[in-house]
Amino acid sequence: MSSSVVNSNDMRRPRHKRVLPGLGLTLGTSVLFISLILLLPLSGLVMQTAEMGWERYWFVITDPQVVASYRLTLVSALWASLFNGVFGLLLAWVLVRYEFPGRRLLDALVDLPFALPTAVAGITLATLYSDEGWYGGWLSGELGIQVAYTPLGVVIAMAFTSIPFVVRTVQPVLEEMAVEEEEAGMTLGASDWTVFRRILLPSLWPALVTGAALSFTRSLGEFGAVIFIAGNMPYVSEVTSLMIFMRLQEFDFAAASAIASVVLGVSLLLLLLINIWQARFLRRFQGR
Amino acid sequence: MSIRIENVAKRFGAFQALAPLSLDIGEGEMVGLLGPSGSGKTTLLRIIAGLEGADTGRIWFGSRDVSELHVRDRRVGFVFQHYALFKHMTVADNVAFGLEVLPRHERPSSAQIKQRVGDLLDMVQLNHLAQRFPAQLSGGQKQRVALARALATQPEVLLMDEPFGALDAKVRKELRQWLRQLHEELKFTSVFVTHDQDEALELSDQVVVMSHGRIEQVDEPAKLYASPQSRFVFDFLGHVNVFEGQSYRGRLNQGQAWIQLPEQHLDSGELYMRPHEMRVTANPTTIAHLPLKVMAVNPVGAEVRLELVPLGWETSSPWELGLSHHEYQRWSLKRGDQVYVEPSKAHFFSQHTAAPSEISWPCTSTAGVVEV
Repeated sequence: MSSSVVNSNDMRRPRHKRVLPGLGLTLGTSVLFISLILLLPLSGLVMQTAEMGWERYWFVITDPQVVASYRLTLVSALWASLFNGVFGLLLAWVLVRYEFPGRRLLDALVDLPFALPTAVAGITLATLYSDEGWYGGWLSGELGIQVAYTPLGVVIAMAFTSIPFVVRTVQPVLEEMAVEEEEAGMTLGASDWTVFRRILLPSLWPALVTGAALSFTRSLGEFGAVIFIAGNMPYVSEVTSLMIFMRLQEFDFAAASAIASVVLGVSLLLLLLINIWQARFLRRFQGR
Repeated sequence: MSIRIENVAKRFGAFQALAPLSLDIGEGEMVGLLGPSGSGKTTLLRIIAGLEGADTGRIWFGSRDVSELHVRDRRVGFVFQHYALFKHMTVADNVAFGLEVLPRHERPSSAQIKQRVGDLLDMVQLNHLAQRFPAQLSGGQKQRVALARALATQPEVLLMDEPFGALDAKVRKELRQWLRQLHEELKFTSVFVTHDQDEALELSDQVVVMSHGRIEQVDEPAKLYASPQSRFVFDFLGHVNVFEGQSYRGRLNQGQAWIQLPEQHLDSGELYMRPHEMRVTANPTTIAHLPLKVMAVNPVGAEVRLELVPLGWETSSPWELGLSHHEYQRWSLKRGDQVYVEPSKAHFFSQHTAAPSEISWPCTSTAGVVEV
């Protein structure tokens, strides 16, 4: 009886009182800064685009040279993110599961593409893969594969700059995964491959897809690392960000914004889809 | 299938997890590995399963030497303490896993698998949850799914690592009874690890008590409790009252207390006595002079438990003594009362021999034993 009295007292206590302080201040600051550094420039972009009519907008974004650049950018980014999905998973696996000398160093090196100015990466890659470079000379000489100034070069530059996304999203998930699930699989007679395919991969899947998608969206906008190795031949190896840059050099800000808005739209749509998919996928793990 | 462990040893760096030890487990037996944490019981279990490799020694399943066999080829069922269910699979898929990964020529058809999974889930009484995910189950349900999964391929050996360790007391008790029944039905050979003595004594045909990577004693539960072979086993299994004394004039003396010793056992040493192996007396008797003060009376359960501290002598921990409720009412003891006790039975560890000797005393006339 006495406990029910206490409960009804609890019910009467004002509901809006929160235990954790500071919601107003921290949320306000966060929203302010998101507005300043994210939303304001984005709306500037949209407004600049809005100055031109629909017809002109459509004309600018469907220019054949620009459309060719979309295709190159999308296809290259797709290949780059696929490559990163496989190789990044392998790298994360090695870093988490094995102890070997130089592991910490390798772990630190993974972040290098983020830390390195992209132009530096671009020049380095272009030098390495050109016909006179170490890789390029061997690849074109021995195997007849031309890397520099081709779409393949674009893929390599994109993969290089965005691999940390995959490694850094998969790594923590892999670290938290209990070895016991794998052991359980083995005691039930599963081969290593089956354990990987049916037990490990499904648990890693959301993180892997997120990492690959981040890598993909980052590659869509990559400029510095790509332009040096791409060679920038019209209709063949021009990426969309280069098209934006060219319009800017022509002082056609509206056209530049129009093309940029397409890239922005694709990136946002992709992020949204990934988030929706992941929320649905993760629901079963949380038991809802 | 019987299991034979021969001279198995394991070392982790500088830590000797298992001293070379041997153990025979009969076919269809349920054996509990009991010991404190760090005693090597889990390591031994994992070596039997093949999840850990032994440094030396051999493991036999029946006439099959499995020492070099990979865990997946040993065909054991293994149950983990924290269930280790596959989180992304439904309950039914979890149970089906072992059947689905069988080599093609051994694998049942998908209809047969479905049938078998249904039977297994019936057995663990969880068929209504077949399409749930593990995160939607309670701890007890998860462990039953884990058991069904381990038994799906009909292994002849079932190994369990603290199977009920993560569950609350009530669920644990239910699952114990249920597992016991299951074992009666299916007759698999089973080894399980536990640090809970009740669990080991209730479930096992044989209990293996381990400490510091060694086997202290292997025995049936009742024998283990009645005649422990070492101080460790005595301490670890249930409460024990210890009287340490010097031999002098046919008695074991300490301070103002003494206990009469039979001629052939006369030596300094320690007497180990279970709470039920002593009785309360109003006065000192010809057998013992052990003045004690009642510190606490705990009337919970089938008997009344007295906590006693020595008066004029010393023990490392308070003594415990069990009285029937009837007896307790007759004595009407309360906190602070002074009582005397005398032993009826004891194990004597003399300072010169390792194994204990059993001593029993006749019931003295002055002793206040209650007629039933």
